[in-house]
Amino acid sequence: MISFEIPEEIQQQREMARMVAEQLMRSNARYYDEHEHEIPWEFVNTMWPIVQQDWIRVVRRAERELAGEAPAERKREGPRYDNLRMILLVEMFTWGDAGLYLCMPGPGLAGYSISAVGTPEQKVRFLKRYTEGGPKWGAMAVTEPGAGSDVSAIQTTAKREDGHWVLNGEKIFITNGYLALEASDGIVVVWATIDPKAGRAGIKPFVVEAGTPGVSITKRERKLGIRASDTAAIRFDNARIPLDNILGSPEILDTARTDGFKGVMITFDASRPVVAAGALGIARAAIEFTKEVLEKEGIRIRYGLPRHRLTAIERDVMEMEAMHKAAWLLTLRAGWLLDQGRPNALEASMAKVKAGKAVTWITYKAVEILGPLGYSTRYLVEKWMRDAKINDLYEGTGQINTLIVARRVLGLTSRELK
Amino acid sequence: MISFEPTDEQRMLIQTVRAFAEEHLRRVARESDEGNPIPQEVIDRGWSIGLLPSMIPEAYGGFGEPSALTSVLALEELGWGDLTLSLYLLAPHGVALPILLYGTEEQKKTYLPRFCGERFVRAAAALLEPAFLFDPFQLETSARREGEEYVLEGVKIGVPFGAEAELLLVYANEEGQTQAFLVERGTPGLVVKERDRYAGIRALPTYEVALEGCRVPRCQRIGEEAGISMERLLERSRVALAALAVGLARGAFEYARDYAKQRVQFGEPIAHRQAIAFMIAEMAIDIDAARLMVWEAAWKLDRGEDVAREAYLAKLFADDMALRVADGAVQTLGGHGYIRDHPVEMWLRNARGLPVLEGMVMV
Repeated sequence: MISFEIPEEIQQQREMARMVAEQLMRSNARYYDEHEHEIPWEFVNTMWPIVQQDWIRVVRRAERELAGEAPAERKREGPRYDNLRMILLVEMFTWGDAGLYLCMPGPGLAGYSISAVGTPEQKVRFLKRYTEGGPKWGAMAVTEPGAGSDVSAIQTTAKREDGHWVLNGEKIFITNGYLALEASDGIVVVWATIDPKAGRAGIKPFVVEAGTPGVSITKRERKLGIRASDTAAIRFDNARIPLDNILGSPEILDTARTDGFKGVMITFDASRPVVAAGALGIARAAIEFTKEVLEKEGIRIRYGLPRHRLTAIERDVMEMEAMHKAAWLLTLRAGWLLDQGRPNALEASMAKVKAGKAVTWITYKAVEILGPLGYSTRYLVEKWMRDAKINDLYEGTGQINTLIVARRVLGLTSRELK
Repeated sequence: MISFEPTDEQRMLIQTVRAFAEEHLRRVARESDEGNPIPQEVIDRGWSIGLLPSMIPEAYGGFGEPSALTSVLALEELGWGDLTLSLYLLAPHGVALPILLYGTEEQKKTYLPRFCGERFVRAAAALLEPAFLFDPFQLETSARREGEEYVLEGVKIGVPFGAEAELLLVYANEEGQTQAFLVERGTPGLVVKERDRYAGIRALPTYEVALEGCRVPRCQRIGEEAGISMERLLERSRVALAALAVGLARGAFEYARDYAKQRVQFGEPIAHRQAIAFMIAEMAIDIDAARLMVWEAAWKLDRGEDVAREAYLAKLFADDMALRVADGAVQTLGGHGYIRDHPVEMWLRNARGLPVLEGMVMV
């Protein structure tokens, strides 16, 4: 039955997220925007014990499996809504602050790919650190100077040499790369090719731990927005990692088969709706702020009038709200499909396209409507606008996601529709 | 718990309406647009699906309860078939639903059974007026109380069925408030004038209707003393029209998509070019988004929540979306899209009508 009711349990968690967002994020947003590369310890330390809970469950399960125990039955009955929960919480965190949200401790995307395709032994070895001690981060290293949207152009190599993989190459735009490798004892999942001639089939994910010789942070980027978030470049110079640090099979079974590549691409089906949700938290913040200011100035948005009686401001705000709602509902649908165990690649990209576009336009519009103070650093609107733009770029640019949607609705291959 | 899954019953209804839309509405849409009368058989078949009786409780002759959500699912399929013929079929909803929602017990008992028979009832709302800046909250048509009667004065346009209408729901300004009055065919002072013609929805026979001292008994004011809420009725109308808009757009999108895959220029299908493919991708995204907005508004309606904002935003978004998609479909076909051999130019004309049709249909 079609319904838009958010489960009570998630509503409660969202309420807690709102308190964190208000007390630890909004209030510190400007400071960390102006102190790029400084670690927001207050936020990190508050979130760390909460983040640990999720990974304790993952690691315990893996430990039981290793000990030969039957996996425990899922305790909770009823519908699953892990992805929806994530969407609803992330939206609240980025409503607080998108840059700080990205500094959330924990293994992040590295953790999700390990728990999706890793062996029980790998889960324990790589993820146990996220269940104990001080805050740690994880990161995913895909992009290279010459491989942006075209992931198959990856040139970082992994060579098998006397019982090790030897990595060479350069990775850029790694969210939390510095936090994972230098500020904490974390991990990075690195995509590298084991056979450059094999194309996509040769690209495999490897886990690199902090402290591995030959791994160095070469740059911490300075950005338009989300300045609180750490964006690093990593160099690999003959970095040797154990053979079983590869995720999935080390074999290239058949160059026509790109299962491994697709396996990792599938994580996008889960991450894109979450990124879309992150975009829409910023959009909601901007809309709420704009409406509050207008209301204080005596301008209320009147719904229900014939169009010729609306003011330009009303039309602008309504269009902002409509765009936001359109993207938000697409995002919920993409997450719901995944919770149902159904394919959602098309819907995930739809949500991502719409959310990236919506938040960018909405925040531009908010600055425009609010005038000098909208543009000023006295308030957060101008920051939201700068933060917003990343959502049309990362996790697939708007264009790449539009291309994915186009291929799917037209039933065309990547060869037919370039 | 959040879900995007229609119930099995709703799924069956969607199937039924889709089959009807495909076999009948699509078949006669163009010829009716060109001026041929709509075959009675198509109307009868559409009526036999029983959409309206399924929203009317048994006590008044029907066999169900009103559900905005179920309605929008059916309306999308009808709109996919043809907007104009949908408006024809749904016109009686614009009379029956205000009675169901705001009518007195007496009015419900008197009028609702008429909508539950096997025969299509030519009943329609008369809201629009010949004004550039039409405003349903400041109508020119007036209603004046005189003893046990109301006297209606004014001019309505876009009134479906004209002289053939058995029953009209005339909206009029009564001391600054919009109220609705049931006017039976043949009531003295109800004068049907010329047939109206619009850029689109041409198959719908709409007329200018004058109310010249038209007297109706007090008991024909919907809700009698309590009256109606025009705001609430328009919300229901917005949700209905937005659902039709989604259907129209989906039809245009599918046509453009299929054409782009088959039309070869420069040695390959034009769908292989991003300029075309991206336009089609954006159509798909906006159609889905509009549908979800319609569903959310309908869901809230059924829960009795305030939907002023949701209904308005859904309508705003859906109107723009439908026009953009229909325009994109014409654009995809290039010069061929402008030729009446293809349906896309008709969909474009019809889509532009969506913002002005408020009040005509409801969920």
